[in-house]
Amino acid sequence: MMFKPVMLWTDVLIFVLLAVILMFTVYVRRHAHLRAPWRGVMRSPTGLASAMVLAVFVVVGLLDSIHYRPALPLQPGQSVQYGVEVLSVLDSLLSDLRTHTEKTYSAPLATHLYAKETTILADGRAIRIYPRLKYGGAQLADPRLGWAADIRMRVALGSVKGLVLAGVLLLLPLLWRTLRLRVALAQARQQLAARALPWRALVFILMVLAVSGCVMLELAAGYHVFGTDKVGQDVLFSTLKSIRTGLVIGTLTTLVMLPFALLLGIMAGYFRGWVDDAIQYLYTTLNSIPGVLLIAAAVLIMQIYIEAHPDVFDTAAARTDFRLLFLCLILGVTSWTGLCRLLRGETLKLRELEYIQAATAFGVSDWRIITRHILPNLQHLVLISVVMDFSGLVLAEAVLSYVGVGVDPAMHSWGNMINSARLEMAREPVVWWQLSAAFVFMFALVLAANLFADSVRDAFDPRGKRA
Amino acid sequence: MIVYLLRRILYAIPILIGVNLITFALFFVVNTPDDMARMHLGMKRVSADAIGKWKMEHGYDKPLIYNDTAVGSGQLTDTIFYEKSARMFALDFGVSDDGRDIWNEIKVRAGPSLAIAVPVFVIGLLVNVTFALLMVFFRATYLDFWGVVLCVMLMSISGLFYIILGQFLVAKLWHWVPISGFSTGIDALRFLLLPVLVSIGAGIGSGARWYRTIFLEEIGKDYVRTARAKGLSEWRVLFRHVLQNGMIPILTGAVVVLPLLFMGSLITESFFGIPGLGSYTIDAIQSQDFAIVRAMVFIGSALYIVGLLLTDISYTLADPRVRLQ
Repeated sequence: MMFKPVMLWTDVLIFVLLAVILMFTVYVRRHAHLRAPWRGVMRSPTGLASAMVLAVFVVVGLLDSIHYRPALPLQPGQSVQYGVEVLSVLDSLLSDLRTHTEKTYSAPLATHLYAKETTILADGRAIRIYPRLKYGGAQLADPRLGWAADIRMRVALGSVKGLVLAGVLLLLPLLWRTLRLRVALAQARQQLAARALPWRALVFILMVLAVSGCVMLELAAGYHVFGTDKVGQDVLFSTLKSIRTGLVIGTLTTLVMLPFALLLGIMAGYFRGWVDDAIQYLYTTLNSIPGVLLIAAAVLIMQIYIEAHPDVFDTAAARTDFRLLFLCLILGVTSWTGLCRLLRGETLKLRELEYIQAATAFGVSDWRIITRHILPNLQHLVLISVVMDFSGLVLAEAVLSYVGVGVDPAMHSWGNMINSARLEMAREPVVWWQLSAAFVFMFALVLAANLFADSVRDAFDPRGKRA
Repeated sequence: MIVYLLRRILYAIPILIGVNLITFALFFVVNTPDDMARMHLGMKRVSADAIGKWKMEHGYDKPLIYNDTAVGSGQLTDTIFYEKSARMFALDFGVSDDGRDIWNEIKVRAGPSLAIAVPVFVIGLLVNVTFALLMVFFRATYLDFWGVVLCVMLMSISGLFYIILGQFLVAKLWHWVPISGFSTGIDALRFLLLPVLVSIGAGIGSGARWYRTIFLEEIGKDYVRTARAKGLSEWRVLFRHVLQNGMIPILTGAVVVLPLLFMGSLITESFFGIPGLGSYTIDAIQSQDFAIVRAMVFIGSALYIVGLLLTDISYTLADPRVRLQ
């Protein structure tokens, strides 16, 4: 075996979540009344465009969630040994970016290091110059002459590739229809056009994504697109790795809190009486503890646990992963109260409706009423609040990491990048690229998530449609 | 009214007790004083004597809940639960790890916190309402559309970026105000200007957008149609009728955060070096001073409960239809 698959806890949960989403998709596709609002989301330009951007992030995050340990070079007379370093598929796809580390900071697309170094010339004199980078622009014989032309060349090449890629992606459904379904080309075009998708937005966003992606890849082959950080690590690589962290926090937290919120919210609203009182007391109490402080307290305690039980975690990745998972858990514990209150109120309203009274009169069991009649009618509320919470959680990660109670400092995350950028901004000349990279990617993700949440809410919430 | 108030206050007591129990469980049961001592003294190979000494110095050397060596009521009072948790109800928070009285520290630091939080709250509310009203006035035009787009973009930026960029541009590049620090009297204005502006700017996106939906909801109601039918100008409709009625949900929604202004802002204060309660808390978290974190959790929850109480009262004051049960 060349490698040994590693399942981190968050990986398992991510794939559980993926399975749930797929099952839900199949379920929705089979029911016309559920399909309609989703079609509404996909027909709004912002909804479709933001969904595409999110999809790109999700693909990167998923690639980064398949982990393995590579086999070490085989020693004679020994069984196969595996490295302690846990890699992901994304790592191996970007192994050039990962391994091409410089000495320290270098600016985006630079060919020389950020700091001067003493070099000994051939005749024995020592001078202080900016040394050439090991990898950034190493293909250039003389950076002063060839740099601009090389960059222009790569940007042009990347743009062409991107346009071709976007074109192919757009033509694929057309080709599929003509070849597999044996429809004439013109007819296939008509059929697709009749789908009433916002084609202009689709073409636009596809081109933007494909072109920027290809240009970045093209440049990354010869340079550090976003420069390098203090230890010389490529900043583009760390931002791409941070995507998974952001997604995990945004999604797994929801996965954790959803069962609590659903169970307790419905119970409180449905059974009323002392059950309602107890659950209300529980969430008011939890809600009244300042969120950051509760998280801080819990994380401090978890740190003690990790340090007291080093034997539980066999690799560094397992340890950072545990911390990430724990952060999701504790964020989930602090954030289920809002949804729970919402569901309680809605259940209170629903249980007074005639059809549920009729079901009660027929002697239908509580369990059946809840699962068949109440739960489906709460679905849109859950969905809306899940997508609305996502962006807030991604932003919260950055703040928590700054406070020192976020993800492990060794983990790639936007919070950690911003945190280190704070000192870099005080340098002279300013090291601005790490902050900018975190800003660009985080902004793209959160903006897409916000816009997507808006169109989901517009499609599902009958009240908010006019506003 | 008074009976209602009393009932609400009585209802707050079990919640405070619940908070107290949760913090006690978090800080002492899940994580025993021995662990704490080991953490502070360094993890590796700490002798039992050193742990015992640390625990005695910090008053953690007692049984958790029940002391069977003591006599009489001492069996309950001579315990960690009584000394560290129950005493918080009497505002006795003990001393921090550097030996200072926490309650004194809190009283001193509440001032700077308020100096930032109150202007941010008041001016921020005004700015957000103004923006929201403008968007509503130009509703269904390009101005409104781009206003909303701008709001969504502004709220998609992490608050940390606002602070870092604000400090970098205004303080470092243009030298208009000091980067961070604090002083008393009129001189404090210099230090307060930037954090207040940055905090307001960071809040505009979500605030204005939210208020806009409130006003839009209000504008679809019957009384607005009546006002228009009477021939009132759009400007008058908006500012006299919609604003007044829209302010009810906005103000009652804002009341809940009023007491929490005392707590200050964690991030802003620590970035700008303002010696308020927010930076106090952050420092405590980073130096793992559990006594301070515990005290702040308790105070924060108490203030939140006061906020809930005020919200209930303001509902009854603002909207006569709400009956007191």
